[in-house]
Amino acid sequence: MAEPAKEIVVDPGLDETIKKLTPKKIEDTINRALTKGAAARLKVYMQTCVHCGLCAEACHFYLSHDKDPRFSPVGKVKQTLWEIIKRKGRVDGEFIKNCSRIAHTECNVCRRCSMYCPFGIDMAYLLLLVRRICALLGVVPQYLQDTVNSHAVTMNQMWVKQDEWIDTLQWQEEDAQDEVKNARIPLDKEGAEIMYSVIGPEPKFLAQLLGNIAIIMTVAGMDWTMPSFDGWDNSNMPMYSGDFETMARVERKHFEAAFKLKAKKIVMGECGHAFRGAVYDGPKWLAWKEPPVPVIHAVQFYYELIRDGKIRIARKFEQPVTIQEPCNIVRGRGLGDMLRYIMRATCEDFRDVSPRYEHNYCCCAGGGVINCGPPWKKSRVEGNKVKAEQLKATGAEVVVTPCHNCHSGIEDIVNYYKLGMHVKFFSEILVDVMEVPEDLKV
Amino acid sequence: MQSMTELESWDWETKERLVADINGWRSKFPVIHECVASNDGEKISAPVRTEDGRFTACVNGESWENTFEKLWSLRFGPDDRLTCLVREDDQWTVAVDDETWGEGFEYAWNIQFTPDGKSIAVNVKGENGYGIALNNRTWENGFAEARDFAISPNGEFTAAGVQTKRLGEGDIFGFAEGIWTVAVNGKPWGKNFLNVWGIAFSSDSSKVAAEVRVGEYEYAIAVNGTPWNKIFKCVWEPIFYPQGDDVLAPVQVDEGWTLAKNGELIWDRKFVQAWHQKFSPDGQRIAAVVAPEFGKWTIAVDGSSWNRTFRDAVLPPVFSPDSKRVAAIVKENNRWTVAVEGSPWVEGFDMIWDPVFSPSGDRVAAKAEKEGKFYIVLDGKIGKQEFEALWSPIFSPDGKKLLVRSIEDGKYYRRVIPVEEI
Repeated sequence: MAEPAKEIVVDPGLDETIKKLTPKKIEDTINRALTKGAAARLKVYMQTCVHCGLCAEACHFYLSHDKDPRFSPVGKVKQTLWEIIKRKGRVDGEFIKNCSRIAHTECNVCRRCSMYCPFGIDMAYLLLLVRRICALLGVVPQYLQDTVNSHAVTMNQMWVKQDEWIDTLQWQEEDAQDEVKNARIPLDKEGAEIMYSVIGPEPKFLAQLLGNIAIIMTVAGMDWTMPSFDGWDNSNMPMYSGDFETMARVERKHFEAAFKLKAKKIVMGECGHAFRGAVYDGPKWLAWKEPPVPVIHAVQFYYELIRDGKIRIARKFEQPVTIQEPCNIVRGRGLGDMLRYIMRATCEDFRDVSPRYEHNYCCCAGGGVINCGPPWKKSRVEGNKVKAEQLKATGAEVVVTPCHNCHSGIEDIVNYYKLGMHVKFFSEILVDVMEVPEDLKV
Repeated sequence: MQSMTELESWDWETKERLVADINGWRSKFPVIHECVASNDGEKISAPVRTEDGRFTACVNGESWENTFEKLWSLRFGPDDRLTCLVREDDQWTVAVDDETWGEGFEYAWNIQFTPDGKSIAVNVKGENGYGIALNNRTWENGFAEARDFAISPNGEFTAAGVQTKRLGEGDIFGFAEGIWTVAVNGKPWGKNFLNVWGIAFSSDSSKVAAEVRVGEYEYAIAVNGTPWNKIFKCVWEPIFYPQGDDVLAPVQVDEGWTLAKNGELIWDRKFVQAWHQKFSPDGQRIAAVVAPEFGKWTIAVDGSSWNRTFRDAVLPPVFSPDSKRVAAIVKENNRWTVAVEGSPWVEGFDMIWDPVFSPSGDRVAAKAEKEGKFYIVLDGKIGKQEFEALWSPIFSPDGKKLLVRSIEDGKYYRRVIPVEEI
């Protein structure tokens, strides 16, 4: 087992929780997880991997740590799952703690490595299985676990209380009315075409994004609503801690909100992991093969609004601008061209990145890694030096990140590596450049 | 849900009445929000903004005398009293038929009614913290937080998930000790849990059940604070048997999901998913939404699922009044329709609302939407008339007529239409 990269991180979620573990509990939990919980593909993957190491070059942690093999995807699996299986679950608390460090904080489950594997092995699945084992043993980074607890209580990520949610929507509606006449956030409008859902940080820290969507929806003439009740948050950190029961409960609430409101589709704000939770991981646990209500990511939604002329661009954003491509919507869903379409439609000087599309690097914040909190921040930003170099090479002054995790993660990278760039959501650009019809002008 | 006596008291003779021309409201109010229709169809209302920027409710063209800083969540209760949430002087309260509750709150939300509509309750945040206000009377005890709630059938009790201790930021160990429980009329159960969800009252209002999380990966149902002696991998919302204190809930075991009564499995068959269990009106049958296989959804009645499954979704089952038939909203290939006893209607829709059985159970009607227009669908056949807006149809007590509440060209009509003329 490798030591942590550079310095010991203190995290009670790991340090304290392993003290309660017994060899029997560890062994029983692991064997139960591997026999009752793991899918058949675990066996296939274990028998298929030829240990070629081609996945290594895909990993931003590996590339950012001078190609230290401990940070390669296969290295991470070797240090954790392979060892667990080899030892038939007879590992100790320290081993589990290191498993959590590797799986929860040094892998973004971004799936770039799967594309480099000659057999397409889903390395992220293997690391998520390690996370599941850690979570079943109660060993999860403190900040991530606190977020999971918030999800379990409030069905949102940020401990937002029910009254705080509604109140925030109501004052954001008022703020939006200062910009656009009669802008609304229609609450609980049964039968609306769209249920718009967001992630917890929007009402908590970034409420102006809710005002922005009220402006955009009003100008575009959309028939939309937001639930006043639980189910409004589309994010899902339990998916990443390994608490799949809570993950499922959160996703069920999200879709049942849409059922209750009789919405024909869910449009979600700019977040990548939320898309993964709502479209892939969440529905599957609940037995839905596909989301029971179509889920449209903000990038696709804005693409359609601009393409169909529902939003017209009055003037283009002038500063040189580049993008961060959220893994879960670009590699995971192929929205890279739509993202470039909306960037070019709204920005004068769009500078593309390299590598790009599904080959782009992860922001290093996703997969629950940024939710592991301040103790792991340094390891996180140092794990993505390649991203800093990639962004710097564009010469852009602004990075658009249509994902909350990307947004926060790229901000940290910009600051740490002193890139001198600003980070924006696409909606901030759109509100700035779109045409407001005369009859809606205040 | 209206009683037969109430239904019989409604006007089932007047074939058509233009109740209100909503177009005319536009000259009086700069902003009109979504309309709501009374159950008996006699009234149409909407939150409106007045010329001076205040809000009120407009009912059949007449606005309430009171105006407010804000007004939302407007709806007719089961007894057709018009109810909403209003804010004045930064205090929120409930307004019912133009009269506000005496007490104001820092915030109030989530209006709920008893089935007869006589009792009204809301979540509130006040000086004492979080609690519930029932008929203008607030719990004496306030909590660090109270989320959602259930109201007892007799209208005397409310029960909510409450946080009994404050939690420091990021205190995962404090959370793991259990700081959540259920409080009934402000009195918390004696035992705390990691989480409580899905609160339900017994039919005689004397007992309360809820999903509880007793360990991070240990779930049970608790009744009046005492968890079942069986722990499950996961559970969903419990309901009480119609008679007595027995509780029924979906539970997850190693082989899949099934239903358990007081912790004992009652269906042999296990499913990939099971939820939304319902009792028939006579209390003899149980229906639930199930997935017999991954990605295949249907209804199971007493443990046996319909042969036909649906790929996208199946919504909660609806029993006929005679308990013999079951219908449910189903969705496949992004088209919504209704399935009755496992047979889907041929026509698919952009959206469909809950199926409504006739009193004898032999006919099923539903409101449906197609290409932006609304229709009454009767036994799978689309009605002749299309509407701009529509509310779910209601059968007359003899089952021969339907009450149709609709908007056409901005005018709200109440119609009573013989079923054969739909």
